[in-house]
Amino acid sequence: MSEVVVSARSVSKSFGNGAGVVKALDDVSVDILQNEFFTMLGPSGCGKTTLLRLIGGFEQATAGEILLEGEALQDLPPYKRPINTVFQSYALFPHLTVRQNITFGLEMKGIDRKKANARADEMLELVQLAQYGDRVPSQLSGGQQQRIALARALAPAPKVLLLDEPLSALDLKLRKEMQVELKRLQTETGITFVFVTHDQEEALAMSDRIAVMQAGHILQIGAPEEIYERPTHRFVADFIGESNFLSGEIFSSADGAWSLRVEGVGEVVLAQESSTGKLGKVTVSIRPERLSLGHESEQGTDRLKGVVANKVYIGTDTAYRIHLGDGQPLLSVRVQNANGVTGHFSEGESVSVCIPSDAARVLVD
Amino acid sequence: MKVDTSNPLWRFRGVTSAAMMFFAYLYLPIVVLIALSFNENRLATIWTGFTTDWYLVALGNDDMLRAAGNSLIIAVSATVIATLAATLAALGMSSGNRFRGEAGVAAMLALPLLVPEIVTAVATLLFFVALGVKLGLLSVIVAHTVFCIPFAYLPIRARLEGMDPSLTEAAHDLYANEWKAFRRVTLPLLWPGIMSGAMLSFIISLDDFVISYFVGGAGATTLPIYIFGMIRMGITPEVNAVSALMLLVSILFVSVSFLIDRIRY
Repeated sequence: MSEVVVSARSVSKSFGNGAGVVKALDDVSVDILQNEFFTMLGPSGCGKTTLLRLIGGFEQATAGEILLEGEALQDLPPYKRPINTVFQSYALFPHLTVRQNITFGLEMKGIDRKKANARADEMLELVQLAQYGDRVPSQLSGGQQQRIALARALAPAPKVLLLDEPLSALDLKLRKEMQVELKRLQTETGITFVFVTHDQEEALAMSDRIAVMQAGHILQIGAPEEIYERPTHRFVADFIGESNFLSGEIFSSADGAWSLRVEGVGEVVLAQESSTGKLGKVTVSIRPERLSLGHESEQGTDRLKGVVANKVYIGTDTAYRIHLGDGQPLLSVRVQNANGVTGHFSEGESVSVCIPSDAARVLVD
Repeated sequence: MKVDTSNPLWRFRGVTSAAMMFFAYLYLPIVVLIALSFNENRLATIWTGFTTDWYLVALGNDDMLRAAGNSLIIAVSATVIATLAATLAALGMSSGNRFRGEAGVAAMLALPLLVPEIVTAVATLLFFVALGVKLGLLSVIVAHTVFCIPFAYLPIRARLEGMDPSLTEAAHDLYANEWKAFRRVTLPLLWPGIMSGAMLSFIISLDDFVISYFVGGAGATTLPIYIFGMIRMGITPEVNAVSALMLLVSILFVSVSFLIDRIRY
């Protein structure tokens, strides 16, 4: 287990006063580890940027505390925290050259000019803009400005680097490039990155761990595959990728297996670890690509019957929507076109849907 | 002149001549004033030949020079004080600092632009008299400072509004304390606005007649007041020459102010 660098303990933050008070963060606790690429993911207004700004010192927590390597940060202004930020707007100083931008933090820390300039060159090398030191920010493209913002924030070798949706202003292709670049920088520098985004793909591609946030709460923290394969909340399953939600009743059969009974449809066996251990009415989440379709004659404890409502060919996959029964939402099934076979089932055909026992996750809400 | 036919305005006949008449109305008197400053004849309105002598006469007139000196002292002092106050006001009113009655304070800052000058002049005079302040250069400087503040404030405020607030945060983030962040980031970025505000104040002060006339004592004759006095003695091309020189200074300052304000990074 790595060492904890940043730790938020029961942090709350409210804005406004009186009747117009808005709770941006509600009793949030999280530990961010040494040398980790940690992402806070959520829709706008979920509190992810507020948490980032609390760590940076730009806002003060209403309650709770934030620790850096075990020491409370509360009373420290931003300029006394060994933490640097890459701002969403980059916030490069327009009146200074690229090199002066990068040496700004070093100079403020009292590092002499010669050393600072050497460090700036090193940083420019790191972000692959070595020959751009004497330009001013307005002469650079968006992607280049982004790299300079990174170089500037990394130059003082902070203990933690905060990144506030730094890729949101870039076009898709550049964004993909920068994702790889960011991951490389994080690995090379060994600095803890705390990254804020609303883009789930970005989060999955870069993070060691993701915290999914909604309405001022952290719903789930885990590695990307954990968040994707084993979501704990309906919001998490829905926000990251596509998911099916089946409501039913969970019960333990005589042989000790757990099954889900879906009203008017049938029963399927669930794997032990996919259940949170609760009985009764639940909702399960099932990823469309975990499902497969078979001929209606195929039967088993892992199958439900249905009718193909529609199908759409989308290149790599074929997306089926299966009608399970009245009152049930259409089940979305993704079948890979790996073998070039696209015409397995046609609309209106009866099929049996195979639900692997570990594909369904029982949600806590 | 190249006419942009995509502008629907040009469909109407007489637009060009109307525009020309408008500009003639604005600038013809000034052009005539300057032209007649080169008139040889003692009577300003009768052209007899070209000369630059009146400029030499004007520049050799001690009373005129003293008045110009007074104007300069007043304008520089009022500009420095007003710009300083306006900068502090703009920083205090910047979007980071919300406070109760902010809209009211903003309105009060801009109000002197709307109050009729004669009202300010009379009020200021009565105020000074009530306080027993001796009328002279100092009283004019104080009065000018007051009406220069809004002129200096507006460009500085506009500049500050256009500044990305995360720039200051970035400075703090990079270990600059409040003072260093102000000196190294906020002030350099605000500088064009400050200069622009100062130039505007300077011109407004240099140009002022009504308030100077009321609150200036005998020893505080400014250039506009002196020119007014000269005209009462009869208009010679010397008046034209002095006016033309003043216009030159004004145009210079306004142009510099305009250019500085256009500095974009």
